[in-house]
Amino acid sequence: MQIASCLLQNHTIMTLQEIIQPANKVYGKTPLLTDTPMHYCPGCSHGVVHKLIAEVIEEMGIQDITIGIAPVGCAVFAYNYIDIDWQEAAHGRAPALATAVNRLLPDSCVFTYQGDGDLAAIGTAETIHACNRGENIAIFFINNGIYGMTGGQMAPTTIEGMVTSTSPEGRDVMLEGYPLKISNLLTILDGTCYVTRQAVHTPATVIRAKKAIRKAFENTLAKKGTSVVEFVSTCNSGWKMTPHQANQWMAEHMFKAYPLGDLKDQ
Amino acid sequence: MARNKGAVVVNIERCKGCHLCEEACPSDVLEMNQQTNAMGYHYSYMANVEACTGCASCAYVCPDACITVYRVKS
Amino acid sequence: MEEVKLMKGNEAIAEAAIRCGCDGYFGYPITPQSEVLETLMALEPWKKTGMVVLQAESETASINMVYGGAACGKRVMTSSSSPGISLMQEGLSYIAGAELPCVVVNVTRGGPGLGTIQPSQSDYFQTVKGGGHGDYKLITLAPASVQEMSDYLCLAFDLAFKYRNPVMVLSDGLIGQMMEKVQLPDYQLRLTNEQIREKYPWATLGKQGRTKQNIITSLELVSEEMEKVNNRLQQKYREVEANEVRYETFLCDDADYLLVAFGSTARICQKSVELLREEGIKVGLFRPITLYPYPASQILKYAKQVKGMLSVEMNAGQMVEDVRLAVNGLVPVEFYGRYGGMIPTPEEIVKAAKEKLMA
Ligand SMILES: Cc1ncc(C[n+]2csc(CCOP(=O)(O)OP(=O)(O)O)c2C)c(N)n1
Ligand code: SF4
Ligand code: SF4
Ligand code: SF4
Ligand SMILES: [Mg+2]
Repeated sequence: MQIASCLLQNHTIMTLQEIIQPANKVYGKTPLLTDTPMHYCPGCSHGVVHKLIAEVIEEMGIQDITIGIAPVGCAVFAYNYIDIDWQEAAHGRAPALATAVNRLLPDSCVFTYQGDGDLAAIGTAETIHACNRGENIAIFFINNGIYGMTGGQMAPTTIEGMVTSTSPEGRDVMLEGYPLKISNLLTILDGTCYVTRQAVHTPATVIRAKKAIRKAFENTLAKKGTSVVEFVSTCNSGWKMTPHQANQWMAEHMFKAYPLGDLKDQ
Repeated sequence: MARNKGAVVVNIERCKGCHLCEEACPSDVLEMNQQTNAMGYHYSYMANVEACTGCASCAYVCPDACITVYRVKS
Repeated sequence: MEEVKLMKGNEAIAEAAIRCGCDGYFGYPITPQSEVLETLMALEPWKKTGMVVLQAESETASINMVYGGAACGKRVMTSSSSPGISLMQEGLSYIAGAELPCVVVNVTRGGPGLGTIQPSQSDYFQTVKGGGHGDYKLITLAPASVQEMSDYLCLAFDLAFKYRNPVMVLSDGLIGQMMEKVQLPDYQLRLTNEQIREKYPWATLGKQGRTKQNIITSLELVSEEMEKVNNRLQQKYREVEANEVRYETFLCDDADYLLVAFGSTARICQKSVELLREEGIKVGLFRPITLYPYPASQILKYAKQVKGMLSVEMNAGQMVEDVRLAVNGLVPVEFYGRYGGMIPTPEEIVKAAKEKLMA
């Protein structure tokens, strides 16, 4: 740092080597993310959310008391990437596992990480009842509007008209029902203290999403009830787009059905 | 002109060439390399070294936590 | 101090759970076992031992709560009856695959479907032949009295932790509802988290004090590795089969014929044996206590001595297949069963034994 500023004062153009010094580091991979490369497709939102969760756990210093419950879905291997204790649940059952951990280890910090099929289809009952009991847990909900892991089938959250492998002509709400706004539904449960909808496609939304994750963990530690952070996400592979196109499509179409912002904050 | 002078280091072996850092960079610093890494991806690199402000936008959106950002205040 | 009390089988389960240091019970009401949850709620063990009792939203949730609790190295259990146990099969497969200890009590009722609330033994296949998906085994204990409901619940926890495997206590509506005197076990202290860390280094209690993360999972996508996981499971099952077979015999030593029965049917058969002996017919009773591991070689031993065996069950013929496998054609193995909630009388078993074995 000293060398750098001295060089700048002399109006010398700094070389890369001079800037790339430990003292000048402003951002880098948290050690809470393991060195195992994530198996996600290039540009997948899962990676960004993993990274943010890991960063918050590190910043809050709660690595030793945090227990993650991984879903069945693309994030099934989440346990390989964040360096904490993990349990891998059956499809949709993560909130039930989290309930038990919360009850049996009340001083731990438990979170589930779930996709939209996991949380809003097969695990709807477990989700609603964990929220309704006000379990002191955080639920991180990746809503990419599709079943990523099984190859791009329609999810309960698939938006109207959206093409998937099981709605090849686009979701027809008369046949297949309406996109399930499950986070809105969870707001009316007395057990939830915080329900918010975030995204991670731009630097600004990433910063906001990270704050939401932090708040969810803080609520958990303060035993305020269930916090739900929905991330409106992309699945560029399932959507058959490039990562950038997927981000644009999400902002244009998904945000209409799933507007970002806090839905409940008590 | 007071601006930050920055640089990024891309963990080439973790990078999946998704272009998201490139799209997020307000200063058009990053591009995908012609070379590929061990996973077969064209990895991100600083094509326009001078323009980097060290704003970390690229690193925030990177799904694979490949980018380390350095910044010197001017 | 051991206490003797008069109580229902279901109540004995609840009492024994608290006393044997259970950390958590998660369950959903269903006849004929709702008294387990009701008794626990009335006893309020959270005030005394700190045990957690929670009414879940379904049996699916119950078993997955058990999964989460077991993954923390806690002594956790659930109980249900047949339709509820069906809902638990997915979870049981995961728990077996993840090699976690837990106890599940099935107070069986007659099926299929919603069936009847009356007693039955028609979940034998479901329990010992799989039930859920994949190659796994449930260590299965079949109590025949209220006393054994209490005794086997505690034994079940010990076996579950010894082998890191789910254990089923397979009883039925008869034992669940029956009132008998029980000598309850002494209170055993629940383990502290520190003790769990020490005893069960695999438990996911949070990384604290460990450099390596603990991961509880049943997933392995590399086939070579998944085969190794299965090999390990199979090795464990062989160990269970070598060490944990339990059975009881009644007047078998000089027997010409054998009744084979488990659980409440074994009690009824005991009476039938007495009636047949009064007539001078030398009949014995072989009662498997562990249904898995099955006392096959012990049954085979008797096959060399008797002229025939009759498997008596409250189902349409399930355990009889294992008796036949054990006997391997050495002597005829016949079957007599009542089902749909019907309970055979000692007299009709006597009649069946005469017709099927001695005609
Ligand atoms: C009981 C059961 N049913 C179905 C499946 C197959 N399956 C695996 S993941 C999945 C859907 C995952 O979608 P989502 O939860 O949205 O996660 P994503 O992959 O999109 O992140 C399904 C149906 C399963 N593993 N288990
Ligand atoms: S399939 Fe979709 S959700 Fe799954 S890793 Fe690929 S982009 Fe992500
Ligand atoms: S965002 Fe990350 S993974 Fe994607 S190209 Fe840039 S550095 Fe590589
Ligand atoms: S730090 Fe900012 S300016 Fe530099 S490459 Fe990244 S996004 Fe571009
Ligand atoms: Mg999805």
